[in-house]
Amino acid sequence: MKLKMKTLVAAAALALTAGAAQAQISGNVVKIGVMNDQSGTYADIAGPGSTLAAKMAVEDFKAKEKGLNVEVVFADHQNKPDVGSQIASKWYDSDGVDVIVDVPTSSVALAINQITKDKGKAFLVSGAATSDLTGKSCSPNTIHWTYDTWMLANGTGTAIVKTGGTTWFFLTADYAFGHALERDTEAAVLKAGGKVLGKVRHPFPSSDFSSFLLQAQASKAKVIGLANAGADTTNAIKQASEFGIVKGGQNLAGMLVFLSDVHGLGLDKAQGLIFTESWYWDLNDQTRAWTKRFVAQNGGKYPTMVHAGVYSAVLHYLKAVAALKSDDGTKVIAKMKEMPTDDILFGKGTVRADGRKIHPAYLVEVKKPSESKGPYDYYTVRATIPANEAFRPMESGDCPLVKKS
Amino acid sequence: MFDISIPALSGQLLIGLINGSFYALLSLGLAVIFGLLNIINFTHGAQYMMGAFCAYFLLNKLGLGYWWALAIVPLAVGASGVVIERLMLSRLYKLDHLYGLLLTFGLALIIEGAFRFQFGSAGLPYAMPESLTGGFALGFMYLPGYRAWVIVASLVICLGTWFLIERTKLGAYLRAATENPTLVQAFGVNVPRMITLTYGFGVGLAALAGVFAAPIYQVSPQMGSSLIIVVFAVVVIGGMGSILGSVITGFGLGVIEGLTKYFYPEASNTVIFVIMAIVLMIRPQGLFGQR
Repeated sequence: MKLKMKTLVAAAALALTAGAAQAQISGNVVKIGVMNDQSGTYADIAGPGSTLAAKMAVEDFKAKEKGLNVEVVFADHQNKPDVGSQIASKWYDSDGVDVIVDVPTSSVALAINQITKDKGKAFLVSGAATSDLTGKSCSPNTIHWTYDTWMLANGTGTAIVKTGGTTWFFLTADYAFGHALERDTEAAVLKAGGKVLGKVRHPFPSSDFSSFLLQAQASKAKVIGLANAGADTTNAIKQASEFGIVKGGQNLAGMLVFLSDVHGLGLDKAQGLIFTESWYWDLNDQTRAWTKRFVAQNGGKYPTMVHAGVYSAVLHYLKAVAALKSDDGTKVIAKMKEMPTDDILFGKGTVRADGRKIHPAYLVEVKKPSESKGPYDYYTVRATIPANEAFRPMESGDCPLVKKS
Repeated sequence: MFDISIPALSGQLLIGLINGSFYALLSLGLAVIFGLLNIINFTHGAQYMMGAFCAYFLLNKLGLGYWWALAIVPLAVGASGVVIERLMLSRLYKLDHLYGLLLTFGLALIIEGAFRFQFGSAGLPYAMPESLTGGFALGFMYLPGYRAWVIVASLVICLGTWFLIERTKLGAYLRAATENPTLVQAFGVNVPRMITLTYGFGVGLAALAGVFAAPIYQVSPQMGSSLIIVVFAVVVIGGMGSILGSVITGFGLGVIEGLTKYFYPEASNTVIFVIMAIVLMIRPQGLFGQR
């Protein structure tokens, strides 16, 4: 009996190593799981558009011709960390998903960041914002692609303080993302010589902001920083104009505003808003051509920077998988950091050791209705923040991966 | 953070009243439908959202402004309610409440899904009517004209509905029909038609609240689902089916929520449910409920 057991174990071990040597691509298919909010507050920012962007990347990579079998699946995390964690575990453990992409809502992204690390898979973040993903929560299995709270805070916060917006009051979404954005913006404001007079944290999501706006008004701060996103931001902006906040001499600073938000608000309400984005569809001929393809398949809705980031991240991921001939999460992420990035949307770039993807950022201003010439012609790019200044320097991020090396 | 200034506090009280007027309008419709049809109308949030979208279409496709919307939208969405009642709900009256709840809940999901598919989730802008864009400086706060209008209008509608159902002959028929439909029918009253119209009326109230909301909030497919849970809590606290109860509770909870937003904003989403739990423990039939 004992002998039998031993041989069994040996045989199993043999089979296991043989399997590993033979099939480097698990299950013979590279399975990409796009997870985001498919139907709620953040569905237009990421949602089905991200799934489309991932599929476009697979198409443009010409995976079939390179002998790679790639499949894209998607799921709705409803902005809830517990739902997201469940899906991630199921995807990794039983559905053979190799990489999870997108995941807006920082609280969900942080949960999946940990699960991915524990299971040695790969995680490409486009939708989530918290800079902790490349700071104290950084992981050898995660790359943070499109933007982060530090980038937004640094771009927008600094620019506004320099143009005279020296005193701030924050309206903050009460969860991981809002807190990170508020913290990073506060730091940028203080560094640029500004002052923070107060802050109020609202439940996520909220629809009525009048109470909070009243408190902001009473603070007499020159700038009201909206450390929230999606419908929260648009509702706050809409109601601020109703309560005569801008007329009263206070200015709003949307810390995270997406193209879809501006579309939802209308240029009439959104004009003059200044914020930072890392991608805009109307940057150059290549981005315009890609956008044309995207729009045709997305019901006429234009892509946000999150969609562009998903495309770019998936493309780079597939390049690394093809180079390694393996879809082992930890190895692929290491390879992605090694290889320089290059694609039609973000141009040439790099991925840092802490998992931060580096590219330029753009300070944009929303056009007046009279200046807009066509559909989604919404932004004027006021300044380009060069790649080496757009993101938090690696040393000040407290990422354990960096300290060790 | 906790130093209380009277002007700020009065501002928050007033804002609480404004939000309360939405709660009151919506819970009023729910109470009417539950009180007279015994249906827990989970589609209410979706119908509120349809009201807002309907106003958007009238303005942007047909060029009919806000005041037209106030008249047309409740009728149009109410008519869709009549269709739902005739085709589906009327088949469920003999069954347990639960079936009506499941049906209306499913309908809400379908309607919301269809709108989301068509219009996305970021929402659409609805311009405020010119005549209500100004505001009044009250000393302690700046009261936008539109919000003042919402409070007054919803108070009038709530009291009007209460009067209609509790003090008029038509209301008496309605209440009698819920108690004993066979007997009322014997007097020559067409009870099924009355029930259908009542449902249409309740739905129309939801749509009206939607029109009120359109200029303030983004017109988006999920605007109803975020509100409906709170409104249900309001109805439970006020007492299921009690019309005056739902109105008073609606305004009252709006004020309590407003105060929470001032003293401890993080809890403002939960405070209503805490109150609901306490009320259910002490007075399970709700503050104004009977039996």
